[in-house]
Formats: sequence, C-alpha cells, structure tokens
Amino acid sequence: MHDYAFDIAHLLAGSLVLVSFMLIYQDRIFALLNVFALQALLLAMAVAWQAYIQGAHHLYASAAIALVFKAVIVPWALHRMVRRLGIHRDVETVVGVVPTMLAGMGLVALSILLMLQLTAAAENALAREDLAFALSVILLGMLMMVTRRNAVSQVVGFMSLENGLILAATGAQGMPFVVEISVAFSVLIAMIVIGVFLFRIRERFDSVDIEALDHFRGERR
Amino acid sequence: MGVAAAATTAAVLLALSLGAVATARRRWAPAVIYMLSGAACVVQALAGIAALATRAGTTSLTVPIGLPWMGAHLAQDALSSVFLALLGTGGAAASFYAAGYGRHEHEPQRVLPFFPGFLGAMTLVILAADAFTFLLSWEIMSLLSWALVLAHHRDEGSRSAGYLYLVMAAFGTMVLLLAFGLMAGAQGGYEFAAIRAVERTPGIAALVLGLMVIGAGSKAGLVPLHVWLPVAHPAAPSHVSALMSGVMTKVAVYGFIRVCFDLVGPVDWWMSPIIIVIGVGTAVMGILFAIMDGDGKRILAFSTIENIGVIFTALGLALAFRANGMQAMAALAMTAALLHAVNHMMFKSLLFMVMGAVLNATGRKDLDGLGGLIHRMPATSFLALVGVTAISALPPLNGFVSEWLLFQTVLQSPRLPQPALQFMVPAAGGLLALAAALAAACFVRFYGVAFLGRARSGDVAAATETDRWSLGAMAGMALLCVLAGILPGYLVDLLAPAADLVVGARIAPQGGNAWLTLVPVADVRSSYSGFLVMVFVAVTGSAVAWLVHRLASQRLRRGPAWDCGFPNADPITQYGGGSVAQPIRRVMASVLAAHETVLMPRPGDMGPARHSAGVEDLAWSRLYLPVAAAVIGATTRLNGLQFLTIRRYLGLVFASLILLLVGLALWN
Repeated sequence: MHDYAFDIAHLLAGSLVLVSFMLIYQDRIFALLNVFALQALLLAMAVAWQAYIQGAHHLYASAAIALVFKAVIVPWALHRMVRRLGIHRDVETVVGVVPTMLAGMGLVALSILLMLQLTAAAENALAREDLAFALSVILLGMLMMVTRRNAVSQVVGFMSLENGLILAATGAQGMPFVVEISVAFSVLIAMIVIGVFLFRIRERFDSVDIEALDHFRGERR
Repeated sequence: MGVAAAATTAAVLLALSLGAVATARRRWAPAVIYMLSGAACVVQALAGIAALATRAGTTSLTVPIGLPWMGAHLAQDALSSVFLALLGTGGAAASFYAAGYGRHEHEPQRVLPFFPGFLGAMTLVILAADAFTFLLSWEIMSLLSWALVLAHHRDEGSRSAGYLYLVMAAFGTMVLLLAFGLMAGAQGGYEFAAIRAVERTPGIAALVLGLMVIGAGSKAGLVPLHVWLPVAHPAAPSHVSALMSGVMTKVAVYGFIRVCFDLVGPVDWWMSPIIIVIGVGTAVMGILFAIMDGDGKRILAFSTIENIGVIFTALGLALAFRANGMQAMAALAMTAALLHAVNHMMFKSLLFMVMGAVLNATGRKDLDGLGGLIHRMPATSFLALVGVTAISALPPLNGFVSEWLLFQTVLQSPRLPQPALQFMVPAAGGLLALAAALAAACFVRFYGVAFLGRARSGDVAAATETDRWSLGAMAGMALLCVLAGILPGYLVDLLAPAADLVVGARIAPQGGNAWLTLVPVADVRSSYSGFLVMVFVAVTGSAVAWLVHRLASQRLRRGPAWDCGFPNADPITQYGGGSVAQPIRRVMASVLAAHETVLMPRPGDMGPARHSAGVEDLAWSRLYLPVAAAVIGATTRLNGLQFLTIRRYLGLVFASLILLLVGLALWN
C-alpha cells in the first residue's frame, strides 16, 4: 500500500513539474491558459491524493478550492480578458525557448539536489520528494515571470508559482487550513487587481506588452 | 533618597522640555525654564553627593515604561552617583548662567525645548540599569544635543556641523548597540544584573572593549573619532557648549567605565596599551590643534579632546593594573580619571561660559579680533584667569591635582609584570607631560591674546561687563575650581566608593591628613598639599607685590614709549594668536601637516605679497574623506537600481534567490 501511495504522489507531483516545462515553452496565449488549467487540475489531484493518504480531511477542501478557482475560474477569467483585450496571438518570449528550457532543467536539478540534501535527516521520504518537486515548480514559475514580456503570461507565471507553494504546503503537512484559504483568496484578489491593471495599461498604451511601460518611463532596454 | 530622587529630577527635566515647547515664545519663558532646570540639577548634584558621602549602597527602581513586560530599570550606585553629581553641578551652572545669557538668544524656541530634555536624557543614561534604557537615553541625548547644535541653523557652519555630528552620533550608537548585543549573550538578558552574570571568553570581552572605545570614544572625542567635536561643540549656544564639553563627554566616559570595568568582567592586560596609546595620542593631538586654532570656542573644544585623552589614559592604566591584580594601583588610576573628569567639568564649563560672555559683549570669538578685555570686562577676565590657570594644571588649582595623581600612577608602572607596559607607560607619561606643557602654552596664548593687550576691533573696545546671573554662575564654578584645588582630599574621599565599586579597592582616606595633604601611595611618601601651596603663593605673591610697590611705585614716570620707529602702531600689529602658535607649528609641522606659503610679487608687479599658513587634520584627509568618497561612490552606483524595469527587478530577485540556493547547496 505504502509504495503504491508513494508512486502516485510522485507521479502527480512530477507531472506538475512537467506541465511547468510546458508552460515555459508554450508561446500561444490560449494554449498557455489551457496548460495552466491542466496544471491546476493536476494540483487538485495531487492535493486530494495527499488528503487521502494522510487521512487529512481538510485537504479535500484545499483540493476543491484549487479545482474551482485555479482550474476553472482563473483560466476562464483570463480567457475572457484575453479575448476582450484582443491579444490572442503570439506570446513573445524575451529569451529563446532552448536557453529557457536549459535554465529550467538546471533549476530542477538544483532544487532536487538541494532538497534531498537538506532534508536527508527527515523520516518522510514522501515529503522530501514532494518538497523537491514543489521547489522546482516555484522556480520554474519565477523563471517564466522573468522571461516573458506579456503581462498575461506573467500573471500565469505568478499563478503557477503559487501552485508550487500549495504543493509544498500539503506535502509537508504543515500549513493550517485557514492560511491556505487566505492564500487562495489573496491569489484570486491579486488576479482581479492585475486584471484591472491590464485593462488600464491597454487603455493607455494600446498594448499589454510591459516594454511599453518602460518606454513610457523613458528607460532604455 | 537614592535613585528615586534622581529619577524624579530626570522626569521633571523631560517634562520641562515639553512645557517649553508650548511656552518658548513667551517673554518670561527663558528665565523660568532655566531656573527650574537649574533647581532640578541642584537636587541631582545633592542626591549624588549625599549618596557618596553616606556610602549608600545601590538603590534600584523599575519603572513600567519602555518595553512591554520589561519596563525601564534604573539604579544608582557609587559610580552613577559620581557622574550624577558631576552632571548636576555642570547642569546647574549652565542653567543659572543661561538665565542671564539666554536673554540674548534671538530664537529661544530653538533652544528652550531641548535644553532641559538634554539634561534629563543624560541623567537617564547615568541611571540606566538595562541596555535598552541606556541606549534609548543615549540616543535621546544625542538627538537633543544635535537639535541644540542646530540652534543657529541659518549659519552654514552650524548646518554642516550638525550633519557631521548626526552621522557620527548615529555611528557611535550603532557600535554601542553591537557591544551590548555581544554582552547579552545567548540568553538575551539585557538587564545590567543579567549582563554581569554572564561568563565571557577573553576574546569576546576584548571585542566589547574595542567596540566601546569606538562607540563611547566617538561621543567623548577620541582621536581619530574626534572630527565632529571641534565643529559641533562651538556651534551650539555657549551654555550648551559648556554642557556638551563639560558634561556630555563625561557621560561618554561614564558609559565606557560602566561597560569596561563593571559589566564586561575581567579583561586581558593586552587591551590596556591600546587604550593608553589612543588616550595619549588624543591628548597630544587635541592640544596641538587647540594651539593652532584661532577661534576661542574651537580652542576650548580641542582642549576638551586633550582632557578626554588624559582621562582615557588614566582608564587604560587602571585597566592594566586591574588585569594584573594590582587593585590598589588601579584604584589610584581610577581616582585620577574620575577626579580629572570632575575637574574638567568645572574649568571647561567655566571657560565656555567666559567665551559666551565675551561673545555676547563683543559679538566675536576669534582671538585675533579680541584683545584688551581685561579693561572692559574685569570681573569676567579675573574668572577667566582662574579657569585658564586651572586648565593649565598649575597649582594650587584643581587641574594640577588630578594630573599629579595621574603622574603618580605612571610612576608606579615599573611594578607591572609585562615588559611591554613597563616600557610603554613611562613613554606615555612623557607624552602626557608634553600635552600638559602644551596646554599651558595654549592657554597663555588664549588669555594673553584675548584679554590682555589692546582691543583689536571697535566692537571689543566698546564691550561692557556681562550680567549678574552669568557672573554668578561663572564665579560659582571658579570657586569650585579653587576649593577642589586646595581641598582635594575630601573630593578624593568622595570618589573612593566609585573606585572601590569598579576596581575593587580604594586609596587610603585622605580627609584627616595634616595640612590637607594628599598622600595617595603611603609607602612612596610623595604628597601634595594644595592648601600649603596656596598659602605659599599668597604669601610670596603679596610680599613681591608689596616690595614692588614699596620700591618702584614712587619712581614711576610716565613718558612716550619707544615705538620702534612706527608711531601710532595699529592694534593689529600686536603679538597675536598666529604669532604664538608659529614656533610650535614649525616644530610639529609633520604631525600637523602644516603648510606655509609665501607669494612674492615679481619685481615691478604692484600686487601685494601674500603669506598663508595653516594646519590640516590628517584624520580628516586620510580617513574621513576616503570613507566618504567610497560611500558616495557606492551609493551613486547603486542608485541605478532605483530605475530598473519591472522584469529586471524580478530577475534580480530571482537571481539572488538562485544564488542563495546554490550557496546553500555548496555549503552543505
């Protein structure tokens, strides 16, 4: 039973990392949103599985939140936003796909190396692996925020970073439920605020390319 | 009595500050506020002296103000009592002086609200018995004195002095914070009682001592941390200068003694030569700059640096003797340090008050603009004479007693077991003697140029004697100088409990000695009686005066003076400040970085020849300017970080995170 539980948790967390890689090279915005929804779905499954094997019932609620908010509402809202902004064309990356993928691989290697080393004393092998994957997802999310120019894909990067946080929290059996709910809500509110800003930016500059902001501030690239 | 009385005066002083905020612009405000703070200071002085005279033990008090669940711990032991008495005396003199002097202040609202609070904060520093209260009061003291330095803020010099002072004060407090943080140890007990109980390794103790030399030394004015002092002390109104020089530097000395002799526990002997070298260097450099300077108040401020050097030398000796278990000798050195602190408070306050009176009467404080004041302000000039005699360490006044005690300590150095100290201490003694001689030269110049001779400007020729309050306060201080000079035994006995507290021994009681003699080390039989010296000076002086009068006065003829071929010589041709300083500037040229240039016009050129001479503070050009340039350079570079794009900020955060993670991975 235990090995079986371990394998499935491993599979789900590993697929989250895999989907993060898909996010990195996905350069069409609708595809990006769909992949993000897939990641959130996987997250919900991973959390639910953790709830089942840990016997922690409140984690089911977390899973439900992830499913409803992250996998349905956020992608749907972003979809609508993109449609209304009329930017359903290419997503431009600043750095090419290949270097980004290579950097991503390096980050995953770093986080696995680090986490397995740091938690060598810990009993729970499951938590160790989970933490390593979660850190990878977080770092890949940050990488995405750094390498993208489009504001919408930066939002997606931010959300995927937050997915990594949730994964870490459920794996480590640490985060209290209240905190988790408030994090979920704050992410939702962040999305609303960012959405509002997106529209304001577009109104002002006819673009959501954040380079426009830099030009406006008189910066050189 | 005990600590409650002193704490109450501190509260009264702080409340007075708040009261002054509301009333500073009223006509009656200066007199009332200065009188009330003077009264509070008198109570403080009495509380300190009474505790010393009755050998009262430590009294403590916890006030529920400050950090939650901790409160502020206050305590008064013998050491606090000494400095409380010092603070009360100096504060009372400055307050009563200001009752007259403060009337001339153009903007009393810039001085009144800060003055009592400054006194109150210094009281709290002395009474503090936990690190938090100590540092908070220390910082309030720094900030309020900074506000007082800026009282004449329309003056460009005052503004830059204030800025320099603020930077140095913040730096000093930060270093003190580190020192207390090191002392608290892992348990995090910040009460002094808890800090005393912690066992420290010698390395930590030495580190704390080093930090205290920097932290307290920057407030006291140790070279090379002294640069703010000669600009900030004179920039304040004179009664505040008197407080800053006479009292605030002593509060810094108190902080040093409290931490290094009381809280930190035993210290290895090898720290003491460092302090002695710094002290002696401070003494010599301070007085050299005093001789070179042309501004009366700056001369006094530089002389404060010299006296602080003397005090720290004595403290270094006390440390050396204590580390070798020679408690009696350590007590002698500690007594010399405390006595010199008290004496310096008396004569430095007196001299700053004199300069304030001169400044009010003439509007000038540059030596080469003054002259001949003895005819216009005879009472002030007489009191100034007492002050300069005392500060030049001439018997029978008080400055001599403490320096003599210090030299008695230096003479005991062959008893020290370490050869390094055996060689070094006599050399330090020689340099101290040089500093003492230079101090005498400095104040001959000060008094001779400013008070004797003929007036060098019209303002000075029209000067009138200062007001009664100022004269009263100055006369009080002059009287104390004389009394401390001829009755040193009683003063030494009062200081004994403090020395006993910090070095574990005291010098023998002196009060009952015949002819009021001071016998610090009984078996060496060196002794000094200020009273006998005074009687001798009085008798011989009167005899000489009588003889001169008897033999010469009748034969006095008045006739034209020989004028060297220049009739109606201008007063500016008198021997001036620069003239007295010149030989010493030439001799000490390398130490002072003295420069002198003569520009001769070519034959046929009608332009004037120019001679310019000056000195430079090497600490400023070699230490402060490079540090300032480095800071400015770094901040200019980093300023670019304010204007990055959002993505670059994200990238920066990301990169630093990755860097830290990689570092962590490698470190493991």
